Amino acid sequence: MGLRIPCPHCGLREYSEFGFGGEVRELESPDLERDFERVYLNDNAPGPQLERWFHAYGCRRWFTITRDTVTNQIVDSTESA
Amino acid sequence: MTGLLRGRNFLPLRDMKPSYDVVIIGGGVQGLSTAYYLAAHHGIKNIAVLERAYIGAGASGRNTQVVRSNYNTPETIPFYKESLQMYSTLAQELDFNLMFSNQGEIDLVHTDDSWRVENDKCLLNQRMGVNTRMLTPSEILEVCPHIDLSGGGKLPVIGASYHPPCSFVRHDSVVWGYASAAARLGVHIHEQTRVTGIETDGGTCRGVVTDRGPIAAGAVLSAVAGWSSEVAAMAGLKLPIVTHPLQAFVTEPVKPVISGLVCSFDAMLYISQTQRGELLAGAEILPYNTYSSRSGFDFIAECAARALMFLPLMGKARLMRQWTGLCDMTPDSSPILGESEVERFFLSAGMGTWGFKTAPVAGRSMAEHIATGKVPTVMKPFLPGRFRSDRMVPDAASAGTH
Ligand SMILES: Cc1cc2nc3c(=O)[nH]c(=O)nc-3n(C[C@H](O)[C@H](O)[C@H](O)COP(=O)(O)OP(=O)(O)OC[C@H]3O[C@@H](n4cnc5c(N)ncnc54)[C@H](O)[C@@H]3O)c2cc1C
Ligand SMILES: [Zn+2]
Repeated sequence: MGLRIPCPHCGLREYSEFGFGGEVRELESPDLERDFERVYLNDNAPGPQLERWFHAYGCRRWFTITRDTVTNQIVDSTESA
Repeated sequence: MTGLLRGRNFLPLRDMKPSYDVVIIGGGVQGLSTAYYLAAHHGIKNIAVLERAYIGAGASGRNTQVVRSNYNTPETIPFYKESLQMYSTLAQELDFNLMFSNQGEIDLVHTDDSWRVENDKCLLNQRMGVNTRMLTPSEILEVCPHIDLSGGGKLPVIGASYHPPCSFVRHDSVVWGYASAAARLGVHIHEQTRVTGIETDGGTCRGVVTDRGPIAAGAVLSAVAGWSSEVAAMAGLKLPIVTHPLQAFVTEPVKPVISGLVCSFDAMLYISQTQRGELLAGAEILPYNTYSSRSGFDFIAECAARALMFLPLMGKARLMRQWTGLCDMTPDSSPILGESEVERFFLSAGMGTWGFKTAPVAGRSMAEHIATGKVPTVMKPFLPGRFRSDRMVPDAASAGTH
């Protein structure tokens, strides 16, 4: 059994139905230095990670969950925009 | 079941010195090769390699042993070519049987577009002294008679690029070969020793903290692949790295049916046959980052289906084992080698799915870099600052998945 992602619209589904949008990073870009960090640098930290998924073979919507990157447990799946 | 009963063999724990000239974090092929070249080429022997688990516990003991140089940029080709050349004589140098086996690689081509890409790669390879050339379908069958050129009726093969120098090297032997040669030269290898902190002082690295106490060091090298972000964070650094798992499986051993490596980039598949006779298959990394190395049935089902398209007789063999290792992926699919923004804190990272074949050249270059401060020419394109200065070395297609 692969990882299952709780889509707020469709319920628990196989990860292969989704596009992975990576960890959530700040979107403001006041200067080049921040742009560099935003484009290239990742926390990639063990533990809870706020991340985005796109349910490509489902509702075709983006949503945000918190997953523990050590255990792959979904810690929180309350939808944000 | 025997796996559950088998004990782990650790090297004998010895006392750590309070200080070393160089502390290397991570007992994989990168850390151990750097330790070896520092001691063998630069006379720096007061070195500790600190390994959280056992040497080879990371991707170095889990990879699929492919060593090749058919890359596709003027920066990557000389780097991988040099490493393959070093591998071909490494057993003699380390006095350790590495089971180096030259078998060749076939990259199957299914569309006119991928034919053009592969053909361009051949031309660039040849210009840079690397033997890679195109094969017609009938030439493919001469090299590898059991390949189904119809691609299971789904992905017909119209040709291939062929890279005769591609070789396999026994991964555990490389780990143990470098480790024992380094140890003979006086390098201390401390297993079951986890680095928990990096000591810095005014932007300069002074040593590490471990779960067995602190160690002062003149230089610290992080060679922890999938765990690079975690260790770099201890020095206050963020890296352009994301950790993704890569899986593989082998069947029960069978008689020799394929020689060398057979890949399809369009199918995201590669297969080979190990020296024990197992048929080995691998595919792409999982799409999400994780530190979990749990294997999944989804991978077996998908990868086996792809493998059967090209090697139907594999369907008769029973699946024996599957496993997973962590890969530190970079934005350009090239390694990150060099001193970081923290002085005397060096990075041997971004080894992704390509860092087994790079161990000789990367270790030798890194050793020279740490010992002399110079940047060897082959290593220059891979310095950590390249992302900031917009000088990436993008070669994802040739880095592939192995
Ligand atoms: C399935 C698979 C197939 C692959 N196939 C190929 C291939 O065919 N060809 C190829 O070139 N590459 C391949 N690769 C990639 C290659 O295996 C890796 O890039 C390479 O082994 C990385 O070596 P390393 O020494 O940098 O890291 P690793 O071998 O991962 O070693 C890092 C070590 O650091 C230790 N560590 C982590 N954190 C700490 C800490 N805080 N303190 C102390 N120690 C720590 C870990 O325990 C680990 O032993 C493959 C990888 C996988 C997973
Ligand atoms: Zn959905």
